Amino acid sequence: MHNRASSVQKGRVISRRLFILTAAKLLLFAGITSRLYSLQISDREKYEILSDKNRIREWKTPPQRGLITDFYNKILADNDRVFQVHLSLDEIQNFDQIIFRLKNIINLSNNEIRKIYKTKEKLKPWDTLVASDNLDWSEFSKLNLYLHELEGVKPVVSSSRYYPYANNLVHIVGYVGQASIKDIERMEAIRENLVPGLKVGKSGIEYSNEKLLIGKYGIKRYEVNSSGKRISQLEHIKESQGSEIKTTIDLEVQKFAQELLKGQAGSICAMDIYTGEIIAMASSPTYDPNKFTHGINHKDWNEIRDNPLKPLVNKSIAGLYSPGSTLKPLVALAALEFGTIDPERAIECKGHKHPYELYGVKYHCWKKHGHGYMRLRNAIKQSCDTYFYETARLLGVDKLSIIAKRYGLGSNILKDIYFDEKKGVVPNTQWKKNAMGKSWYLGETVINGIGQGYIQTTPLQLCLMTAQIANGGYKIKPHILYDENINIENTKLEIAKQFTNDSLLGSSNTKENYLEEREYQLYERLYKNSQNINFVKDAMFGSTNEQYGTSYKSRYEDPKYQFAGKTGTSQVKRITEVERKLDLKQSQIEYKNRDHALYIAFAPYKDPRYSISVLIEHGGSGSRAAAPLANKLIKKIIDRHGIREQTRKANLTLA
Amino acid sequence: MLTERLYTSKYSFFDKLLAIDYFLIFIVIMIGAVSVFAIHSTEGGEFSYYTKNHLIRLVAFFVMFLFLSFIKITFWYRNAYIFYFICLFLLIIVLLFGITASGSKRWINLYFLNLQPSELMKIAIIVCFARYYHKIQSADIQSYRFLLIPITLIIIPCYLVIAQPDLGTSILIAGSGIVVIWLAGLNIKYFVYSGLLLLVSFPFVVSILKPYQKSRILTFFNPDRDPLGAGYQIIQSKIAIGSGGFFGKGYLKGTQSYLEFLPEKHTDFIFTLFSEEFGFLGSIILLLLYILLIYRVISTGFIVRSFFAKLYCFGFASAIFLYVFVNISMVLGLLPIVGAPLPIMSYGGSSMLSIMLGLSIVMSCRIYSQDQISKY
Repeated sequence: MHNRASSVQKGRVISRRLFILTAAKLLLFAGITSRLYSLQISDREKYEILSDKNRIREWKTPPQRGLITDFYNKILADNDRVFQVHLSLDEIQNFDQIIFRLKNIINLSNNEIRKIYKTKEKLKPWDTLVASDNLDWSEFSKLNLYLHELEGVKPVVSSSRYYPYANNLVHIVGYVGQASIKDIERMEAIRENLVPGLKVGKSGIEYSNEKLLIGKYGIKRYEVNSSGKRISQLEHIKESQGSEIKTTIDLEVQKFAQELLKGQAGSICAMDIYTGEIIAMASSPTYDPNKFTHGINHKDWNEIRDNPLKPLVNKSIAGLYSPGSTLKPLVALAALEFGTIDPERAIECKGHKHPYELYGVKYHCWKKHGHGYMRLRNAIKQSCDTYFYETARLLGVDKLSIIAKRYGLGSNILKDIYFDEKKGVVPNTQWKKNAMGKSWYLGETVINGIGQGYIQTTPLQLCLMTAQIANGGYKIKPHILYDENINIENTKLEIAKQFTNDSLLGSSNTKENYLEEREYQLYERLYKNSQNINFVKDAMFGSTNEQYGTSYKSRYEDPKYQFAGKTGTSQVKRITEVERKLDLKQSQIEYKNRDHALYIAFAPYKDPRYSISVLIEHGGSGSRAAAPLANKLIKKIIDRHGIREQTRKANLTLA
Repeated sequence: MLTERLYTSKYSFFDKLLAIDYFLIFIVIMIGAVSVFAIHSTEGGEFSYYTKNHLIRLVAFFVMFLFLSFIKITFWYRNAYIFYFICLFLLIIVLLFGITASGSKRWINLYFLNLQPSELMKIAIIVCFARYYHKIQSADIQSYRFLLIPITLIIIPCYLVIAQPDLGTSILIAGSGIVVIWLAGLNIKYFVYSGLLLLVSFPFVVSILKPYQKSRILTFFNPDRDPLGAGYQIIQSKIAIGSGGFFGKGYLKGTQSYLEFLPEKHTDFIFTLFSEEFGFLGSIILLLLYILLIYRVISTGFIVRSFFAKLYCFGFASAIFLYVFVNISMVLGLLPIVGAPLPIMSYGGSSMLSIMLGLSIVMSCRIYSQDQISKY
């Protein structure tokens, strides 16, 4: 029975061993279950994301840029339909062959082909390459004809920036171009919206208001397989357009101003003296911003860059000029406010034979034979230099600089929109010590009195200065982006309230704090005595509307258009004794040495509303080159005043 | 009584029908049905090549399973060694005249089927060892002399299979053999010692492996080592299973497999696909089906009278466990990717053949449960 015993023994062993094995199996199955639990329940989200990452690929579609309009909602920067060729790299089998075929259909130049290959190297294998972004209609339709044999080639109708009034607004609106590395580094909004071929602002409002204008990219989500091939479109979130930006510009006035400057280098600015709205800001010469949208070619670029009249410079805010005689009203105001001179005091201007002399240095009046005896009003009207040499000497440069700064010279106005804006220089003794390390000479004060020397201003600053004199001496904030919160009625009310307050309480500006330099709030009074402002305005009226006034020829008799102004002729180069004797006409002098012609004005004289400044580079005398332009421009602005006010009201009721 | 080797009871046909384990058949049909749906899903819901082939094989081998169930268990006992040596012979044939596919030589062309003898060997070694340990006395089991033969019988086919190369099947063959030795009652110390020896020799074993096998093992320890190369399969498999969640993505909606991120989705990674589409719930149900299958096989082992049948049933149950465990652990990233199919679920004729053959022997054990095989 050995066998039987063995069998029993074996049976016992096998049962025990099976028990152990089964326990082990259950343990291992429990292990598998817990693993499943951890993968499918605990970490489900993680793996779901990974799975989606596997299968879903996104393509961004470019955002639609916001429009830029003028005060009347006329579109200054539009979006135009363009025809593009996109290459889906993941669908193209033989890239070289496709390019060769394309070349014959849409006329790609060798240069463009080189560019395509260069871009391709930077892209991922499933990216889209923009082979051409500005086809004409005939090329586009031809491409569609051959499309069936061009796998991966996609004709796309897209939108791109278009400036309908090309040259007229480039300095205000700016232009767009391909986003560069610098642009990408500059702004989160650009990084976020970055798609191949994205266009971003390069200058002007387009540049400074990129964030508002850029809009939001769209997304096309595709399901792809493991080799990256698109299987189906899952979702299409449409791109959205950026905000519309409304400017204070009047397109008609702007175009007119630009027309007036045609053929010359210069600037025209026009401003509402109460609201601070900039109605026109022309700079000449100009250029076509549309050329930049699809990348400017070398020839056009060189032409713009090498033009000696510097079209790329926005002369209204980035051109610095000596204000010349346009500073005289401000010098007079300063002298009156500080009580330096008695306006009834007469000073004799004796002509070039007996010029004004200080410490042995001679200072000539522009008028060869002299003005004779002048009082302050006449000196402004006839722009007598001799009178202002003496006034400036008595006033001193430091007091003049306080008033000049208060009325808007020497500081930025639109820096938040135009990063290329220049501050200019309003010199004083401290400034010279800091800038040059030298002490101030009295002779420099003398020429400062007629707007020459260190003083440097932009045409827009002169326009602001004129506006703040014309509105009775109240602080305004010039702006070019429309602000619906500025209500003309409230503004006038605010100013009137200030004025009556001041009249009732008497002068709150004591001499001490009047000397201080400080920040002024919006609509705060800038003057000490309103009679002084009125005196200057009256003198400017004389300058334009009375015989012997420097801009008498450019006057209007009709009170509707009648304006008050001041001419300026600023020297670019010191006149030598020899030249003075030759007494050359401006046309006989080399262009770059000719005087700059300036003119500032406000209109209408009774109840003024607008101020303007005109500058013609090397235009000669202000009365001959600049004032006549102001004459024409003022008529245009006044004629459009009614419609502007109507539109303002309509805008308000709409809002 | 002693002179008689085999006792065969008389069974009427009705007795035989009554003895059939219908529950086991039901489970096999269930798993088979699930497998058809899973394979159908690998083809994106189309009823084409793989699904058709799989269904034909499933039905054909299922019918074969039913027929072979009526073969007497004594037949298997008598021919156990012959079965083993036929398989060994076929493995040698493979080595000489086998068909090569994707870098390994595993198949013999039989015209209607490319037979993979290593799959048959998984069954043969259990049958062979069951007979071997049936015959020897319990006292002899522990002696070195009687241990040497089974070890040799394991090493030879394993070597032949590794040479194909097919690490996965070779591990399963070895595992099946070792499990039977364990059940037979070999002293635990041998298992402990050889386990330690394996651990110590592991670095040397790795060094003689083929580069792709080595990289699979290294990848197992750190799948992110080469996420697009060797680690790709396991990473994608884990993503697929994990993203399935509790209820799964739904039938035919497994994006990982549908978009071709899953490798080998018909064969070794069929569980991944199933788990992605049917989630945690489906996976647990499938696991339960396998547990029931194993349970039914073990329960047969308890009612049979002969030690041979008992050893075979317990051994085969453990082998099924081993197949399932290795495959699922592999796709879950718990074991290195060694290439082992999931029984019944995976596409592949030979693996289906071997599992059905194994089950038919279990069924035969049940039908002829009263048969005794005694040693003289």
